[in-house]
Amino acid sequence: MSESLIRLTELSMLFDGETVLDGLNLTINDSEFLTLLGPSGCGKTTTLRIIGGFLSPTSGDVFFNGRRINDVPPYKRQINTVFQKYALFPHLDVYENVAFGLRVAKLPKEEIDKRVTEMLGIVSLSGFEHRAVTSLSGGQQQRVAIARALVNHPKVLLLDEPLGALDLRLRKDMQNELKRIQQAMGITFIYVTHDQEEALTMSDHIVVMDKGHIQQIGTPEDIYNEPENAFVADFIGESNILDGVMLADYKVRIFGHSYVCLDSGFAKNEPVDVVIRPEDIDIVPAEAGVLTGTVTSVTFKGVHYDIIVDFGGFKWLIQTTDFQPVGAKIGIMLEPDAIHVMKKSVYSDSFGDYSSYSDEYDELEDDPEGLCDEE
Amino acid sequence: MRNKLLSAPYLVWMAMFTIVPLCVVVYFAFTSSATGAFTLDNILQIATYTPIFLRSIGYAIAATLICLLLGYPVAYVIAQARPGAQRFLYMLIMLPMCMSFLLRTLAWVSLLQDTGIINNLLGHFGIGPLPLIRNAGAVVAGMVYNYLPYMIMPLYTVIMKIDHSLIEAAEDLGCNGRQVFSRVVFPLSLPGIISGITMVFVPAVSTFYISQKLGSTSTTMIGDVIESQFKAAYNPNLGAAMSLVLMVLIFLSIGIMNRFAGADEDEVITV
Amino acid sequence: MKKLGRVYTVVIYLFLYIPMIVLIVASFNTGKDLTTFDGFTLQRYAELFRDRTLLPLLGNSVLIAVLSSVIATVLGTAAALGIHSMRGRIRSVVMSVTTVPLMNPEIVTGVSLALLFVFVGVVLKVNSILGFVTLLIAHITFNLPYVILSVMPKLTQMDPHLREAALDLGCTPVQAFFKVVIHEILPGIFSGAIMAFTMSLDDFVISYFVYGPNFVTLPVEIYNYVKKPLQPKIYALFTLLFLMILSVMVLMNLMQMRDEKRRKLQRPE
Repeated sequence: MSESLIRLTELSMLFDGETVLDGLNLTINDSEFLTLLGPSGCGKTTTLRIIGGFLSPTSGDVFFNGRRINDVPPYKRQINTVFQKYALFPHLDVYENVAFGLRVAKLPKEEIDKRVTEMLGIVSLSGFEHRAVTSLSGGQQQRVAIARALVNHPKVLLLDEPLGALDLRLRKDMQNELKRIQQAMGITFIYVTHDQEEALTMSDHIVVMDKGHIQQIGTPEDIYNEPENAFVADFIGESNILDGVMLADYKVRIFGHSYVCLDSGFAKNEPVDVVIRPEDIDIVPAEAGVLTGTVTSVTFKGVHYDIIVDFGGFKWLIQTTDFQPVGAKIGIMLEPDAIHVMKKSVYSDSFGDYSSYSDEYDELEDDPEGLCDEE
Repeated sequence: MRNKLLSAPYLVWMAMFTIVPLCVVVYFAFTSSATGAFTLDNILQIATYTPIFLRSIGYAIAATLICLLLGYPVAYVIAQARPGAQRFLYMLIMLPMCMSFLLRTLAWVSLLQDTGIINNLLGHFGIGPLPLIRNAGAVVAGMVYNYLPYMIMPLYTVIMKIDHSLIEAAEDLGCNGRQVFSRVVFPLSLPGIISGITMVFVPAVSTFYISQKLGSTSTTMIGDVIESQFKAAYNPNLGAAMSLVLMVLIFLSIGIMNRFAGADEDEVITV
Repeated sequence: MKKLGRVYTVVIYLFLYIPMIVLIVASFNTGKDLTTFDGFTLQRYAELFRDRTLLPLLGNSVLIAVLSSVIATVLGTAAALGIHSMRGRIRSVVMSVTTVPLMNPEIVTGVSLALLFVFVGVVLKVNSILGFVTLLIAHITFNLPYVILSVMPKLTQMDPHLREAALDLGCTPVQAFFKVVIHEILPGIFSGAIMAFTMSLDDFVISYFVYGPNFVTLPVEIYNYVKKPLQPKIYALFTLLFLMILSVMVLMNLMQMRDEKRRKLQRPE
């Protein structure tokens, strides 16, 4: 099952002298659900378009089943794409949109009919054959786009932020739907998104990208629990990122206290970044805590409260189900598995401080549409 | 992309039939009609036609301003109409542009001349005949008539595109009707005004039929002179020199106007 | 205020249409003069259809208009596709050159082409180079910008992914154009072609400088009538052309309306 299907080697891309991709190396396995995740401008869409054949890399190679396909035009690749805004052909009805690729390939009529009907069934659009695509809702258009691509039995399906235009509820449904379709068809999905939650929900592997570089490749659990640097830690979920010093294996010092942790393999007294996820922090009475601080803000989030706690000038985000009033003095406890130690990187000190809490949170919530990395 | 090659035939065509001809004009303008040698005579000779150049520019400016004043409210009214009515009204503005302007100008002659329709009508009331034709006023009126649609078209296109919520925002921020116009609508319609001015001024300043039919020998325009160099006097070199000067004047004034208005390259021409 | 605007608009439309009404009325006039209506007759139309001089000239005009608009539409659409894929400096230079024939006074365009043709004629030692070919070339030249400027906006409006989707689904670039792209820009091609056709049909100034005695178009002939009295059957012709253009425009409007309705459905905002 998991053998390499697509291999990108030293892929670089320049647009008007600006580096969009910088020496990217990536191997994509057969039948996996791989997500390219990153903020807009990170190069994820560019990578996808290179795989699709819509862009030629400035340097580097694309291999498909071991064959170099840099110069193979899109219409000769066994790859199909679901475009960001679906790109359904407005002059054709649902049936003809789905049949488009098969007609171009000049398949016999009965074969086309059989496959289109079957595919419309898979995406739950039976009975919509002769509707105008313009009369469909966003979710339905989305499914037509998926059917139109999958009916050609591609080896790989590329999806460019396909759920971006849908509302939250529909997006959740479609996430499950996509995962189901991918497993049913048993083909490779390469999915581009800036939405970390979407990536965590659907993917077998996630490639976190920023500024044309891969920051980390791993399973959703790896990426969340073992982020490799401050960027990844910050981009995936909420994190408090602190300066620490590795005293010895399994021993890290933060704020003058030393803690037991699960990380090893650092040099003695090496400065490190320490990630503490807001949901991993236990709140205890002030006198029982290793650290004590003052609550400066409380926000109700439904399942939990987001509270900001000031520990001598450094503000942490803590997620808790227990209400704490502003001004309360509280203590915290840190279990060894709540502490994750990372090597220092270019991203150190640029993330993880919740002193300007609301701004930071907003930045993560409202995505700038992820359009900028298109061209 | 290979797509760019698709424009190659067009680019070759434009080079051959737009750019090369302009070079030929320059060539003729600087050569003698008798000997074919290089000369500045043609250009220098134009000095004697300065009054005609000035008159042409004067008439054209007058016609352009009148078109702007007459046309803006019309464009505004069309843009405010219901969508169906908008299409219909706009179509009626375009229609005259497609009809023979020679015949339409002749019709003006029949309206304005001393024994024409208007003077006949006035005659019933014991007025006139008024001298409605063979003067500068008639020439300018003829231009306004012919080129008014060229002013209304781009104005309408621009005004129509103004987002209505901008007007509401201005009202919300305390503008009265006149302020909404002067502070929001007018500045936003500036590109249309620029393009309208260009589309009226250029044909007006270079016309040679309107002045012949509606004017007299004292309203001769530069277009008439150029035409006669080719069709009557047959001095193409002098004609070329005049065309060159006319063209340079026009491109300079368009350039200056665009600079002043900071207009972008967007074409406002639509069907 | 609103009422005032309406009255004003009606006055301006009257100003634009009265001369044409004069001509249309004249086509039913028994007298030969535009100024006095002597009596109603359809004789002018009968004369027109029996006529052996005006109709061939109209035929010439239509021939030039059809050929030049078709050629300009093909060349111009291809050019628009090419320009659309250009970027930055080159694109703005090409677009500026495209607008030159629109900005340039018609008389200068006419004179420049006439000089070119005469020049070429001298070089080739041809006596009468002016005629059908030179007219056709001139008309194609001034038609091209209209086609390009009406196709370009459609290309810009089009979702660029549509073409890519076609390629993605196995179309070669040529197939992608004919199966998908052309459907999107067809309204622009159509309006460009129609605009080119009407511009060409009615062109007088440029034609006047590049026509030859062997091939005359109707507007040029009308101008040359300055010396002779105008035959009233020409008003009948005007009236028929008026009706023809009116119906073409109504048709175009209906087409555009359909196109817009479709677009509105596509983006339900």
